Amino acid sequence: MWGLRAVRGRGWGLVGVRSAGRGTDRPWATGLEGKQTNRTLLITPWLFNDKGIMCLKSNNITVAYSDNMKTYRYIGMRLHSTSTTVDPNEMKTFQALAYKWWDEQGEYAPLHSMNDLRVPFIRDNLLKMITNHHLESPLSGMKILDVGCGGGLLCEPLGRLGALVTGIDPLNENIKTAQQHKSFDPILDKRIQYKACSLEDIVEDTAETFDAVVASEVVEHVNDLETFIQCCCQVLKPGGSLFLTTINKTHLSYALGIIFAEQIAGIVPKGTHTWEKFVSPEELESLLESNGLLVQTITGMLYNPFSGYWRWTEHTNLNYAAHAIKSSAKVETEEHHTKAPGIDGQEASQK
Amino acid sequence: MAACCRLTRFLVVPGATLGGLRLPGLRWLSGSMGTDQAVYDVVVAGGGMVGTAMACALGHNIHFRDKKILLLEAGPNKVGKKLPETYSNRVSSITPGSATLLSSFGAWDHICNMRYKPFRRMQVWDACSEALIIFDKDDLDDMGYIVENDVIMSALTKQLDVIPDQVEVVYRSKVISYTWPGPFCNTENSPWVQITLADGRQFQTKLLIGADGQNSGVRSAAGIQNMCWPYDQSAVVATLHLSEPTENNVAWQRFLPSGPIALLPLSDTLSSLVWSTSHEHAKELVSMEEENFLDAINSAFWSDASHTDFIDSAGSILQYAVTFLQPTKSSARQLPPSVAKVEPKSRALFPLGLGHAVEYVRPRVALIGDAAHRVHPLAGQGVNMGFGDISSLIHHLSRAAFDGKDLGSMCHLTKYETERQRHNIFLIAATDLLKRLYSTTLSPLVLLRTWGLQATNAVLPLKEQIMAFASK
Repeated sequence: MWGLRAVRGRGWGLVGVRSAGRGTDRPWATGLEGKQTNRTLLITPWLFNDKGIMCLKSNNITVAYSDNMKTYRYIGMRLHSTSTTVDPNEMKTFQALAYKWWDEQGEYAPLHSMNDLRVPFIRDNLLKMITNHHLESPLSGMKILDVGCGGGLLCEPLGRLGALVTGIDPLNENIKTAQQHKSFDPILDKRIQYKACSLEDIVEDTAETFDAVVASEVVEHVNDLETFIQCCCQVLKPGGSLFLTTINKTHLSYALGIIFAEQIAGIVPKGTHTWEKFVSPEELESLLESNGLLVQTITGMLYNPFSGYWRWTEHTNLNYAAHAIKSSAKVETEEHHTKAPGIDGQEASQK
Repeated sequence: MAACCRLTRFLVVPGATLGGLRLPGLRWLSGSMGTDQAVYDVVVAGGGMVGTAMACALGHNIHFRDKKILLLEAGPNKVGKKLPETYSNRVSSITPGSATLLSSFGAWDHICNMRYKPFRRMQVWDACSEALIIFDKDDLDDMGYIVENDVIMSALTKQLDVIPDQVEVVYRSKVISYTWPGPFCNTENSPWVQITLADGRQFQTKLLIGADGQNSGVRSAAGIQNMCWPYDQSAVVATLHLSEPTENNVAWQRFLPSGPIALLPLSDTLSSLVWSTSHEHAKELVSMEEENFLDAINSAFWSDASHTDFIDSAGSILQYAVTFLQPTKSSARQLPPSVAKVEPKSRALFPLGLGHAVEYVRPRVALIGDAAHRVHPLAGQGVNMGFGDISSLIHHLSRAAFDGKDLGSMCHLTKYETERQRHNIFLIAATDLLKRLYSTTLSPLVLLRTWGLQATNAVLPLKEQIMAFASK
């Protein structure tokens, strides 16, 4: 099983796969779906003493490392959009990682530090839209959807800033981790809702209800990007914002993300990433524009594996962030009227 | 590697007891979980000048408007309604940087309405030679302010009373245990710090700020090592009446072999004394007759008994050289005032020492003020370093709050620690060095410090740098 092999290569020292005995004290083991096998991966406790070593390794990896985690996060997405092509072993390995979300110095450290860029990006762009805001609760009154929320790493900061956040993730374990983590904070408990489902499942019920949709580190794993973007557009209010962060499809991302991370260093299991699924900013922009989303900004992000910090950069050849706004129907009809009164609906639909 | 250092941070000291009240029936699968204890965003342990100022600064910060802050003070509320007529014998020298912090949340206005004394000039000289150094600002800015500690506390408490919704204050709250959360993998337990008081009350908080003084309970509960050693000195404080009223805007300090003696202006007729000397001499000074005490003070400032001819001639040689190279003379030497009376019951003494916490922060805890560092009063920097800690921590916490971060997260706490340790360690080392340098009468060292002081006095840019660093 490649999952185990890759994981051992990191020095995790897995005991191996034990059959789930009665009364396992690992709660997430009980959450498996019926159709999956009954075997669970149990990690030995001394794993945590190696945290220093694991941290070292994680800090030495470039952006590809975070790709590794994202893959694990979004295996479930493939499950939902293309039914049963997901390898249950991949799911298991990821389930083993499900509880590790909130270790700020652990495997998900790069995602934690990406919040330093993502949260101000979302916050500042949303603040531009509203006129009177309170600095102590800048996003109060806003409804935000986080697609592929994982353990809730991005939902919680947005919730603290006052927004009402709905986090969705296809994997049950992630939702459980996220729910458990937010339950300790009474304020976040009220502001954040989690659901284990995919975007398609909620599109009908939540059409045009969200002020913003965030899909961070998601689109490079989605099978049908066009449908995904259309769904995002559907759930957004007119004038609402879509925030995306993803990886570019360049020679550099191939070299660092695929060759180095998967084949040389062996950190990411071979075949986890499909370079073909990476999306270039130009492609993304054209997809967004053709679905009624006006692109406002596209900026590059760069991860420094030594310091563990991200920073903004003008080069988008590795990671980048995009902000688009759903054009409001009202604006379109106004334009239509001011440009040439009396033009029939045909020309309007061509636009 | 940074990661290895971080590993040591997570060797959390398990608290003595959880203090009862295990959160009942925690089913982690369920959505919301009712906690019986309110979760505070920040708890400041210690209601001294620095702790109260921290709570005040947080409460008045715009990004903390919707957050809950708690200030725990073990003692009673000592701030009376009315300011007493007599001056208190514990005073602090407040730098312009600290004054800026205090005015940022409106406490400085209260101080100005009560009483404070600005000073424009500082004269520091040696008992063993004629060398002296004069700090003054050419423009009309004040170099610093002498304010009684009680006045500062009163001003801070007034500003706290204005924001009862943001900041809750609990007096007479002796803390018996602090419990930190275990490593992150124990997801069943609360991730907050648990605080248990002697009367059984319990609080939970996302960030605990330890401002509880040199014997900090927070620091020892967190297991943070403290590098400390006692100086063999005690400081004697008193409020003195001057022989005649003067403009009194100069702070005087003379380095005697037994320790520095300083006279800080309080008003036109009053000054505050801070005399650091050996334990025996300090006890003598506090218990001797008033006349003998006054004689001792006057002779400490005026007497030339420790001068030696060798040092005097060496000093004057350098002085001629300096005057030759730099014809424009810097400020003239002034003579300190003499004292005529002691305010009754104002003599007191307290021991001195040096202390510095090896770490200022751990997950969910930060130390500020004397809990983090303790310094000799010869440079007048003790409480100013604490106020500097507050400025830095507020800046980082405010940004973290605006970014929606978990307040107890190490990423911004380590930035605070780095920034402050760089400043504080240098200042503490410099103060310690000065103290040791001036505690001896050995000729080579006296010669060294005489020439050093004269040279520093002559080089204006260097003096300006020193003043700028000390006024932060």
